[in-house]
Amino acid sequence: MIPSTPATTIPAADTGPLAPLPAPASTRALRRSVLEEAILPPLVALLLAAVVGDVLILTFGQSPGAVFKLLLDGTWGNAYGFGQVLYKATTLVFTGLAVGLGLRAGLFNIGAESQLAAGGFCAALVGLMLPAGIPALLCLPIYMLAAALGGGAVGAVPGVLKARFGAHEVIVTIMLNFIVLALLNYLTSARLHVPDTLHTPELRSGGLPRLSDLVPAFQGSAANATILLALAAAIVLGWYLFRTRGGFELRAVGLQPRAAEYAGVNVAGVTWRALAISGAIAGLGGLNYVLGYKHYYEEGFATGAGFLGIAVALVGRNHPVGIVLAALLFATLSQGGLAVNALVPKQMVDVLQAVVILAVSTSVPEVRRLLRDARRSLTGRTTP
Amino acid sequence: MIVLAFLVQTLRIAIPYLLASAGGVMSERAGLIGLTLEGYMLGGAFCGAVASYASGSATVGVIAAIAGGGILALLYAVCAIRFRADQVVVGIAINLLVIGLTRFFLRLIFDSSSNSPRVTGFAVTGGSGLAALVQNPLVWVGLAAVPLVAWVLYRTPFGLRVRAVGEHPAAAASVGVPVARVQYMAVVLSGMLAGVGGAYLSLDQHQFTDGMTAGRGFIALAAVVFGRWDPMRAGLACLLFAAADTFQIQLQGSQAIPSQFVEMIPYVLTIIALVGVVGRAVAPAALGRTASE
Repeated sequence: MIPSTPATTIPAADTGPLAPLPAPASTRALRRSVLEEAILPPLVALLLAAVVGDVLILTFGQSPGAVFKLLLDGTWGNAYGFGQVLYKATTLVFTGLAVGLGLRAGLFNIGAESQLAAGGFCAALVGLMLPAGIPALLCLPIYMLAAALGGGAVGAVPGVLKARFGAHEVIVTIMLNFIVLALLNYLTSARLHVPDTLHTPELRSGGLPRLSDLVPAFQGSAANATILLALAAAIVLGWYLFRTRGGFELRAVGLQPRAAEYAGVNVAGVTWRALAISGAIAGLGGLNYVLGYKHYYEEGFATGAGFLGIAVALVGRNHPVGIVLAALLFATLSQGGLAVNALVPKQMVDVLQAVVILAVSTSVPEVRRLLRDARRSLTGRTTP
Repeated sequence: MIVLAFLVQTLRIAIPYLLASAGGVMSERAGLIGLTLEGYMLGGAFCGAVASYASGSATVGVIAAIAGGGILALLYAVCAIRFRADQVVVGIAINLLVIGLTRFFLRLIFDSSSNSPRVTGFAVTGGSGLAALVQNPLVWVGLAAVPLVAWVLYRTPFGLRVRAVGEHPAAAASVGVPVARVQYMAVVLSGMLAGVGGAYLSLDQHQFTDGMTAGRGFIALAAVVFGRWDPMRAGLACLLFAAADTFQIQLQGSQAIPSQFVEMIPYVLTIIALVGVVGRAVAPAALGRTASE
């Protein structure tokens, strides 16, 4: 996952993503192998999670069938549950895209949580300054700019420190999470909060419509128009990564920074820009809560979404399409926990999410090796 | 008198940091990132509380905490070394796993979503402050852990191997060092140490509360980095960070400095150390590189 660093503990067996695939018969075969690599690990992970889930449910003295049925009924089985899944998935698409973009550049952004919070905070701040009664469409670009700047500024710090001093972005983003969240807590609790709450006053104007305004069945769920913004972000990011020069340079740095530098890429520049953009995307995710749901910034709204973003990027293979699907999966699990809480503790789902991450991260290298061995033996037979 | 109270309080807060950061140095010097310290501590705190509750003996609690931290560390090591999964991803997953498991079993065993009932701690016969502190054997374990890890790292063949594996595993392997085995041992040792740190928390407070480590594992990790991967310097960093915590507690009520700013001190110092204003912190060369991608 940190492509700039070849495995040093394992002598020469596995040379990472740049290794030439052994004689792919055609691009179709290559595409198939990429697809197999992307789909097999999540399937393994879901199976394993189901087994662990069964064990936990049985220890609590419940029937696994009933619990899993309740989980599905409470998420995809009714409009409210599905709306909640969509709402949670929206935030996870943003943080997943943020982490995924960083990983494409070979950088691990663990700071999505504080970037998300900073984006939401800046949007709420702007909302306090805007005069009342401005149409939502007119304010939206201002809110987006504020959220992206807030998250982007937090992301740029580890980027600049990495590019300028070589400070490892993993440590810096972890430390920065604590610093930024403490700062935001101070600003909220000491300066901006509504008395006896942990949140700021409401935005004066520009709240986004909820899905329930359009389809009354979604009544009560938090799903809102930000989901369109999330899908747009996925599309734009896919275009940027795979269709522009900047995206090509970013991926080149991620695969092999020295080769990229030799080819004339400004590696330091790409590094800090990648982390700043990553932070900006995470920051935009703050709009889902602030603009679409509560219309204010509240302490702790971002809790956990950053770490789950890492899981989403991992399962989604750092690809926008995969990230959207993985966000739906993890949002389903999160919401499903609430649905089954009557039968088993909702924390069962936290365990399952962790199992999915562990299984995917351990099976990806295994699956790749198995597929490679299989291909090697196949080509060995046809061309002796 | 105020000075003494300050020092006692600092030491009391520092013990879990010392234990976890001693473990963190061991693991990171072997090339495995110590992101999981938080999880080991929380797991240790929970196992310690449950075993102490069940047996009525704090010693049994500590043994359970060592086992719990060690098992979690083994899981981390198997994923990162045997399966070559990315250390950061696995580390975060294990932290999430421990949060989930402790909450699940808190409901299962104690039917509570917030805390365990009161559990037996180490017996303290009278006195408070310093007198109570010196009666807690874990305080001495914590104080001994740092020089012990330093001695192991710098004065024993095993320590030499750990350092070699963390700097240049291929070179270590070429002279016959069993790289994976050394890494497994270092990681499991780190889990045991951090587990004891967790048990100190739950036994000292006589109960387990949900999420009671509250980022202490990350502070210990910060101390490892700030101490430039040297056990003694990391230990001093722990004392410094604990003094900042004590300062913050003493300040509570007064509005002189917002507590949030004191909270930031360890993290800000660590970033400064990484950037290298006063002597650059340089990580072991092969830190984080067991992954295959």
